[in-house]
Amino acid sequence: MRHARIERWSCADSPVHRRHAAARILATLSFLVSIATFREGPIAVWPLFSALLVVAILAARLPVFALLKTAAAVLPFALCFAIVTAIAGDRRLAAQLVLRSYLSALAALWLVATTPVPELIAGLEWLRAPRFLLQVMQFLYRYLIVLMEEAAVMAQARAARAGTLRALHFRQAAGAAGVLFARSYSRAEAIHRAMLARGFDGRLPVFRRARFTLADAAFVAGCVALAAGVRTLG
Amino acid sequence: MSRIVEVRDLRYTYEDGTAALNGIDFELDAGEAVALLGANGSGKTTFAHHLNGILRGTGSVIIDGLPVTERNLREIRKRVGLVFQDSDNQLFMPTVLEDVAFGPMAAGMPVEDAMDRARAALDRVGLLAKANKAPWHLSAGEKKRASIAGILATDARLLVLDEPTTFLDPPGRKSLTELLAGLPQAKILITHDSAFAKELTRDAAFFDAGRIAARGPIAEIVERFNWGK
Amino acid sequence: MHIPDGFLSTPVWGTMDVVALPSIAYLARRAQREFQHNRIPLMGVMGAFIFAAQMINFPVGSGTSGHLVGGALLSFTLGPAAASIVMTAILATQALIFQDGGLLALGANVFNMAIAGVLAGYLPYMLLRGRKAGIFLGGVFSLLISAGLALAELLRSGVRMPNSVLAVSITLFTVSALIEGAITVAVMQALERIQPGFIRRPGGARGMGALAAASVGLAGAGMWIASAQPDGIQKLSLDIGLASHARAFLASPLAEYRLQLVSSPFLAKALASLTGLFVVYLLCVGLSRVLTIARPVPEEEAA
Repeated sequence: MRHARIERWSCADSPVHRRHAAARILATLSFLVSIATFREGPIAVWPLFSALLVVAILAARLPVFALLKTAAAVLPFALCFAIVTAIAGDRRLAAQLVLRSYLSALAALWLVATTPVPELIAGLEWLRAPRFLLQVMQFLYRYLIVLMEEAAVMAQARAARAGTLRALHFRQAAGAAGVLFARSYSRAEAIHRAMLARGFDGRLPVFRRARFTLADAAFVAGCVALAAGVRTLG
Repeated sequence: MSRIVEVRDLRYTYEDGTAALNGIDFELDAGEAVALLGANGSGKTTFAHHLNGILRGTGSVIIDGLPVTERNLREIRKRVGLVFQDSDNQLFMPTVLEDVAFGPMAAGMPVEDAMDRARAALDRVGLLAKANKAPWHLSAGEKKRASIAGILATDARLLVLDEPTTFLDPPGRKSLTELLAGLPQAKILITHDSAFAKELTRDAAFFDAGRIAARGPIAEIVERFNWGK
Repeated sequence: MHIPDGFLSTPVWGTMDVVALPSIAYLARRAQREFQHNRIPLMGVMGAFIFAAQMINFPVGSGTSGHLVGGALLSFTLGPAAASIVMTAILATQALIFQDGGLLALGANVFNMAIAGVLAGYLPYMLLRGRKAGIFLGGVFSLLISAGLALAELLRSGVRMPNSVLAVSITLFTVSALIEGAITVAVMQALERIQPGFIRRPGGARGMGALAAASVGLAGAGMWIASAQPDGIQKLSLDIGLASHARAFLASPLAEYRLQLVSSPFLAKALASLTGLFVVYLLCVGLSRVLTIARPVPEEEAA
């Protein structure tokens, strides 16, 4: 799965990986905002944006080509809209759509490829995102693989019984979804019992994460300055 | 020798009226081990959930001298370590280290001390190298050992393991047996695997329809109820 | 329906972020209050369920198959506030971890699918008191509103769509919405057979229903305000000849959509629009607070 590769990238080491997760989130947001707000201006700004992101990828010691390829997943969607827009007469906007969406996807990918998910959630918490929501995300991520494997096993079992791998009847699919729902619900209850057994009293323990240092602040300032710099050239 | 578990006339009925436990008398000394055998639905797991207050029935349940009441729950849950059958339900935190540290932190320990405890417990079960991994990167056997590390980190005095060998392959089973044999805590093993039980204890209790039908040497129980393989 | 970054104009994505953030904070507090603390694992696991359920193919004839989106289903089984939070967690996970949907556009996607979509799906269910028609319409509306809002946001951002493309899009949305309705009904029936206790009887969410109607309406209006409409209003007032009176009457900085404090015209307009929309949003929240004070939400039984 694509995500497995990104997970590996996020566990690597580099000057970028070593920064506080919130610093990388802020840097990414500054890239995204400068890309998103660029509407009119010299065409030369686009290669500058691209260069900025490539430098960021290199600083994170990540494989540039692989990331460029992975970010291309957004292109089919963007190209659809771009083609329609070009046909409608606005070629400039069409090109902008493709460039903006691709570079934004690349910037977001840079964030995830340098930040393991638990750190990402911790970074969002540092930035004061609602803790309840983040805790739900934490559990969602933890049980994503477990449930997807359960669903896959169920699908295989049913396909074996049906004698063919073709899509099930509508009712059967609904039954499968119902069973998956019930099993997920039971699992959630079992998890809660396990939490109680270990002393859970209603509040999840907060693990103090890394502190936001001067180096992190400098990193953010640098990225914001670069992003703003490229943007104002436009 | 002190009693770690003392249960008298424990009864419990489900919400829909079916009786799950019909008067259980049970005792276990500190440091001793016992296997709970019996058919599915005979009440073994329901009984186990009364030992740390997840379920509350009528009768008396005393753990390490403390009666299971609302007030004592916090303390009891530090002393009783329940290892669930499905380790995925037990390892609910994002990384193994955080999960093992959950118990100490829930008990009020400061973060750094809890993390040290967790690392020591992981080392004890041979999983220190996997401390920062997400649970899905571990094999079934490793997950089981990580669950046990979580219990050890709280200084539990009683380990209750529910069908611990279910998802394990022979090497996993072997390393689990070795680990458990080396732990001094009292143990209650709910299991269908009488061979596994025999390696860790000679004492067994046979559950039947919510009662303990017999308590004695495993070999006798297996013979009497035709429970062997 | 997950809008990536790069499509929405700054007034639109900015506005939606401003609207979504406090809404989610409010819904998070509400979901937390409604449920006991065992709901964090439940909500997380049900979010994972939706991901897994999307792997199930629902054949709808001639080789095509639909998939469960799930916003309506979640609102019927967890209640609308919790469903909103779960959907938000799903969308944030999809955007951040799976690069499905933009980060700046997350506010828009969350508003479309997790807030408006969920609430619009709950409304018919609540009004029809849990009957099959309410379930079906709930599924249909949740998708229609989400897709409609997404389309509106894209159009407002200047994305060109000739009428033919628009017609095709709207047809596709409608078909998907009908499929979602059918899937939701079928899954709810399956759940009823397995264990009736999963489904929450509608009742205590009167405030949520009003909030749904209010926010969908006002957000639509708000978005119009947010994207350069002020020029239209000024032009309109000139046409009607109100200009001289209007200029005097509308001399307050906000009404002229130009904050004196900020010199850059773009920034000023954006800030004014955002402020305007935030005021609209506060009215929404106030309205729902007033409506929810009256009735306490029924507690679910502990597991």
